[in-house]
Amino acid sequence: MEIIECEGLGVTYPGGVEALKNVDLTIEDGDFVIVVGLSGAGKSTLLRTINRLVEPTTGTIKVDGRVINNLDKKELKEYRSEVGMIFQNFNLVNRSSVLRNVLAGRLREVPTWRTLLGLFPEEDVEEALSCLERVGIKEKADSRADELSGGQQQRVGIARALAQEPKILLADEPVASLDPPTSHAVMQDLKRINEEDGITTLVNLHFIDLAQEYGEKIIGLREGELVYQGPASEVTEAKFEEIYGRSITADDQLTAGGEADV
Amino acid sequence: MSNSAAEEKPSRFMLVMGKIKGLLAIILVAIIYIWSARGVGFSLIEIIGELPSFFNLLWDMVPPNWAYSIRLINPLLETFQTAIAGTILGTLLAIPLILLCASNVNRNNPLYFASKGFMNLMRTIDPMLYAAILVAGVGLGAFAGMLALMFFSMAVNAKLTSESLEAIDDGPLEAIEACGGNKLEMIKYAVAPQILPTFASYTLYVFEINIRASTVLGLVGAGGIGVNLDTSLNLFRYPNAAMVILATFVVVVLIDHLSNVLREELV
Repeated sequence: MEIIECEGLGVTYPGGVEALKNVDLTIEDGDFVIVVGLSGAGKSTLLRTINRLVEPTTGTIKVDGRVINNLDKKELKEYRSEVGMIFQNFNLVNRSSVLRNVLAGRLREVPTWRTLLGLFPEEDVEEALSCLERVGIKEKADSRADELSGGQQQRVGIARALAQEPKILLADEPVASLDPPTSHAVMQDLKRINEEDGITTLVNLHFIDLAQEYGEKIIGLREGELVYQGPASEVTEAKFEEIYGRSITADDQLTAGGEADV
Repeated sequence: MSNSAAEEKPSRFMLVMGKIKGLLAIILVAIIYIWSARGVGFSLIEIIGELPSFFNLLWDMVPPNWAYSIRLINPLLETFQTAIAGTILGTLLAIPLILLCASNVNRNNPLYFASKGFMNLMRTIDPMLYAAILVAGVGLGAFAGMLALMFFSMAVNAKLTSESLEAIDDGPLEAIEACGGNKLEMIKYAVAPQILPTFASYTLYVFEINIRASTVLGLVGAGGIGVNLDTSLNLFRYPNAAMVILATFVVVVLIDHLSNVLREELV
């Protein structure tokens, strides 16, 4: 069953930059999809359009059979709560505790008067703690977010997204700020959650070895156009060169010495 | 190969031009100064001529009337109550204005520009001018002074804090948005934790300004210790005036220091 269907999806930013051009895309429920492409190819825009942090200019996006282009404000918040997002820079509040950061994932489940007073019901706190437990950092719940290492901070980000009990997880370059061993650990966490919970997961990556190792399916974007969509096993180096529009270099591989922050 | 084109020595012509520019700037500042000094009737001769009477005044102030200090306790208290109440009310009013004046929180453009315009307008008015206007409106006394400091605190705090707010990390704001959180939740969970230390520090800073301003509000009839200074000077009771100045100085320095220590703790 398809969970995400994009038809003729296009995004033009106010400056006139065409970030996505006429993208037709289907993603099956429970898929683990890696989106590859050079920086500026539209990977991030694609993810952000799916949860409407970026407004589509043309085309439609259907999620779970429902068109999400024209949701009203309330519907949009409701919809976003079903889509977890993980960010390259973690986007945690550094000065707040880990638990408080994860509780942000419960905002939609709890009435606003309670969230504003910080009075989360016991079961929501339990839920947040169990999400932390799933990524192996429950004991850090009371630490300040900025006391954690990069890999741990990204796990807080994953726990926050999990706390939303999402149908879809969007991870925008989740390992680009991490060192190679930590990158693998975070990718394994994402993969494990996908397998255990069956949450459809889209991950933006620019390292082709990571994409091949973890991806079941691969989506290739080049200058805003969809140039590949298919099983990861069928993606050859030649195919990557086509997606990237140039020959593959060491910088495109995590293990071959490509540095994290490019 | 050297990139000689870029690093070539400046030509003689450019050097001479640079010197002429510097000279012109000095002449311009001198002209502006002379124009201003003539406007205020500045004259060295007059300063020298008035020196004896100035020293006479200082002489008349010594020794200060120590006994008068007891009668200054209540006015001093009123002064600081004015500053404290004005700062607290102004700070409360500043909170919504800060959020409205930050483009990353308030994404409604017309409302943003209207709020910024209002804040800048309020900020152009000095607390003494507020006090003079408010005395005419609500009558003589510390209440007018408190309102004056309230408006002033609101505008200054909104200006300083909203500018810092616009420089915070927008990542957490986006994360709350992506979770489906509403505006208030975004403020509580992403904005407040980032801006609160800065806000508290600016609030103390505004309080320090208000403490100083509150001591002279009495000169326009807006209550506090300034009333005693005004009266003492008008009645030529210079030892009393000296006592007022001394008492004000000591207490302001103390409070300033305390506030500074607190502020350093925050940052």
